[in-house]
Amino acid sequence: MKTKEIILDVQNLSVSFDDNKIIGDLSFSVKKGEVIAIVGPNGAGKSVLFRALTGLVPHLGKIDWRPGLKINYIPQKFGVEKDFPITVKEFLQLKSKDHGSIMSALSAVGLKAKSSDYDEHHVEHHLLNQRMGWLSGGQLQRVLIAWALLDNPDVLLFDEPTAGIDIGGEETIYNLLKKLNDEISLTVLVISHDLNIVYKYANNVLCLNKEKICFGPPKDVLDRQALIELYGSEAGFYAHKHHN
Amino acid sequence: MNDLYLQLTVAILIGIGAGYLGSFMVLRRMSLVGDALSHVALPGIALALIWNFNPFFGAFAALFLAVLGIWALERKTELPSETLVGIFFTVSLAAGLLLTPEPELLEVLFGDISKISGIDLLITAASFTAIIAILTFIKRGLTISTLSKDLARSMNIPVDKINLIFLVMVSLIVALGLKVSGTLLMGSLVIIPAAAAKNISVSISKYIFFAALFGGLSSIGGIFAGEFLSIPAGPAIVLVSGLIFLVTLAIRTQKV
Repeated sequence: MKTKEIILDVQNLSVSFDDNKIIGDLSFSVKKGEVIAIVGPNGAGKSVLFRALTGLVPHLGKIDWRPGLKINYIPQKFGVEKDFPITVKEFLQLKSKDHGSIMSALSAVGLKAKSSDYDEHHVEHHLLNQRMGWLSGGQLQRVLIAWALLDNPDVLLFDEPTAGIDIGGEETIYNLLKKLNDEISLTVLVISHDLNIVYKYANNVLCLNKEKICFGPPKDVLDRQALIELYGSEAGFYAHKHHN
Repeated sequence: MNDLYLQLTVAILIGIGAGYLGSFMVLRRMSLVGDALSHVALPGIALALIWNFNPFFGAFAALFLAVLGIWALERKTELPSETLVGIFFTVSLAAGLLLTPEPELLEVLFGDISKISGIDLLITAASFTAIIAILTFIKRGLTISTLSKDLARSMNIPVDKINLIFLVMVSLIVALGLKVSGTLLMGSLVIIPAAAAKNISVSISKYIFFAALFGGLSSIGGIFAGEFLSIPAGPAIVLVSGLIFLVTLAIRTQKV
């Protein structure tokens, strides 16, 4: 671990909508520079947890972010509809008008080589002037990460970054998040459905099914018992496997 | 000012404003709201006619109350407002139909731009300037919250406030446009130019530009058609915008 400083401390967090308990009595903490994966079945409260962490839904309990952190959140299903008329450039410019910053964010996510005139032209034509809705799933996720990087965040909350991406592309997105985590000490909290990926990339995993089932390094805490508890039945143990 | 020029100026300003606002209405999937919203103005106009004050103010007051209702509902439930629109707006139309004095009914329903006055031009020009200025000011927040409300909120963009300002601007343009195309047709002047622009635009800047342009062109086409073919200008404007939509649809189909 690069440093042991705790930047997020969650104690006894509960979220309810109309008497419906979505998350109950959840406690965990995150240290600077960690990659935390959140796993759990559908309806387990994973996205709601992110919304609570970013102050979007009312909650009980304590959520303490270290003061002065820049936290960026990429919501789930940020799918831009195919016919929504906005180009990649316009989208990125909603956050920063500075061409240099945009170019360096694009190279950080691997959409642009470090420096080459040809490449600059290529990026302008084939990426920046394209409609967001025309991008492939993998390209869109990279653009979203570039958007998130534009104002130099300390923490990135990413809800299902690989939804709608094929397995090869999925691995690349996680490689990218890991690379950013290494290079700029970005703390990453990511909701994932793929346990293989979680094993490979996360320092800690939070298993959530309305309440905390497990929390700790994946190798230690993601045992058979935890998975059965998490996904409800023995059959659920295999729920994360891909068959396509 | 010559009557035709007066009509043209007012109609063009309203067409451009309606197109600009409509571009966001369409992206926010509020086409139906835009169309039905204009019906709410009817009881307001009726009361203005009965109590003898400028119908613009009656219409704007009624529309303002309606958008406050939509806004509060959206905030509370996050549900699309279609059901409310379906019930509340048609009920207002029915009430307005009964309240409106018979001689004025046709004019209120379909507009009559030939009755426009210098005062209307003043009100229109001032409102148009305000709409363009305010919309330009909130455009960034409006665009981000249209893409994703959560994303906007996590960036500390005041989503609810922006949404309310936007809806008030929509009620303002609809109230202005009632003289031009009436309570039944004004909504389409907000929606059709934007829908046409969406057919042919890759970027949001071009989309907004074309929506405003098509709004203005529809007004010009409709006013001249009204003048030379001796038909009411309101329906003619809507027909021209419909024609522009068909042309853009053909261009889009060719591209695909």
